[in-house]
Amino acid sequence: MKNKAEVVIIGGGISGCSIAYNLAKKGVKDIVVLEKDYICSGSTGRCGAGVRMQWGTEMNCKIAKKSIEFYENANEILQYERDVEFKQKGYLLVADTEHEMEQFKKNIEVQHSCGVPSKMLSLKEAKEIVPYLNTDILKGAAFCDKDGFLNPFHTTDAFYRAAKRLGAKFYTFTEATGIKVENGRVTGVETNKGFISTNVVVNAANAYAKNICDMVGVDIPAYSERHQILVTEPVEPMQDPMVMSFRLNFYIQQSPEGTFIMGRGDENEPRGLKVASSWQFIEEMAKTIELVLPPISKLRVIRQWAGLYNMTPDKQPIYDKAENVEGFYIALGFSGHGFMFGPITGIAMSEIILEEEPTIDVSMLNLSRFKTGRLLLEPSVV
Amino acid sequence: MDENTIICRCSDVTLKEIRELIQEGYVTFDEIKRITRAGMGPCQGKTCGQLIMREIANATGQNIKDIKFQTNRPPVVGVKLGLIAKEARRNEE
Repeated sequence: MKNKAEVVIIGGGISGCSIAYNLAKKGVKDIVVLEKDYICSGSTGRCGAGVRMQWGTEMNCKIAKKSIEFYENANEILQYERDVEFKQKGYLLVADTEHEMEQFKKNIEVQHSCGVPSKMLSLKEAKEIVPYLNTDILKGAAFCDKDGFLNPFHTTDAFYRAAKRLGAKFYTFTEATGIKVENGRVTGVETNKGFISTNVVVNAANAYAKNICDMVGVDIPAYSERHQILVTEPVEPMQDPMVMSFRLNFYIQQSPEGTFIMGRGDENEPRGLKVASSWQFIEEMAKTIELVLPPISKLRVIRQWAGLYNMTPDKQPIYDKAENVEGFYIALGFSGHGFMFGPITGIAMSEIILEEEPTIDVSMLNLSRFKTGRLLLEPSVV
Repeated sequence: MDENTIICRCSDVTLKEIRELIQEGYVTFDEIKRITRAGMGPCQGKTCGQLIMREIANATGQNIKDIKFQTNRPPVVGVKLGLIAKEARRNEE
């Protein structure tokens, strides 16, 4: 293992790999990525594999739009030998109350101001897209055909391999155990396999980001929370878009392999790092699907698992450098959408680190917004 | 053995693909699973698990008992969602 690096990135998920790729592409030498398990073993590899532009805040819309535009050409840009399996069949967001319909209309105004081609749909139009949707319990829907599915493993692998080709070093099964700070400046990272001296550390550990921030005394208002998912046996293609409801609390999409991937949140979920599965989840999920998309309940569930959302008070990420520790950078608090923001996380963080002109001005997503109270709450998260 | 032999019957993964990935440095079952989908299908690795672990052991010189398999996740066998929903409602009554 190297004992010296220009930049050490902690976390080998989509964020860490994308940051490494962007820094390497801009000519930074001696980049080291530390991953305590294997690449894509954390939140990225456990996510729901959906990407969407339909958000409720300007910042989230802009980041998502630019990320999806990247994903449209990811195989070519990253020169990936396999396929990131990007399928743009849309997200159909459904509402079952007038109140949520109003929220959709407000969201669409924000989305249109950012160039997102979303639209409201009548129940009849929604049924044309998903014929077995139980519209009896719904009021209306919103749709954007640029949203879709993307394979998280292959996408992260694509960034990882591209970064590696450009010279970045990845140390898997290597855990950051401490960060050395001298005179207010980062000077190195202690790992379970030895010490690496460096002046720049990037915290891309998402679910474990708070533990990393604690090592240098940077206080962040983010916490981790378990979210669960299940997958069915594969069947012939029968559902184009992701179907999602914030109030009914579910999302469900058919992957290109034919399996259905579905998940929901739990408002009583305690904060923590637990990723064990629960029977309560599978029961609630099964009941919801039977009600909203009856034919899907004939499918067998073959596996359930859980992953961690790293939540912030406004459900938007934090991209920043620490004020009190020079050389310490953070990209965390993705609140369940770190995978879909991956390309911009890499671009934005490389620009912050190298002090370049921003591609998208993400300065609003700084850490101090939680002190000043300038929050823009994202209303659309499952 | 013929390298075109299918090792994972759920996701059509051949011995050749497994061996190539190991050569490229994907040397744990979990890493190979995430690239090829081996172990993610209806059998949940009951067929391919031992075969892939043996390939890893042979290629890396480890003993197969030291190779880590994937996390076993519920349910043990495939169950229809409708049946789960029905049972859940019965318990609520």
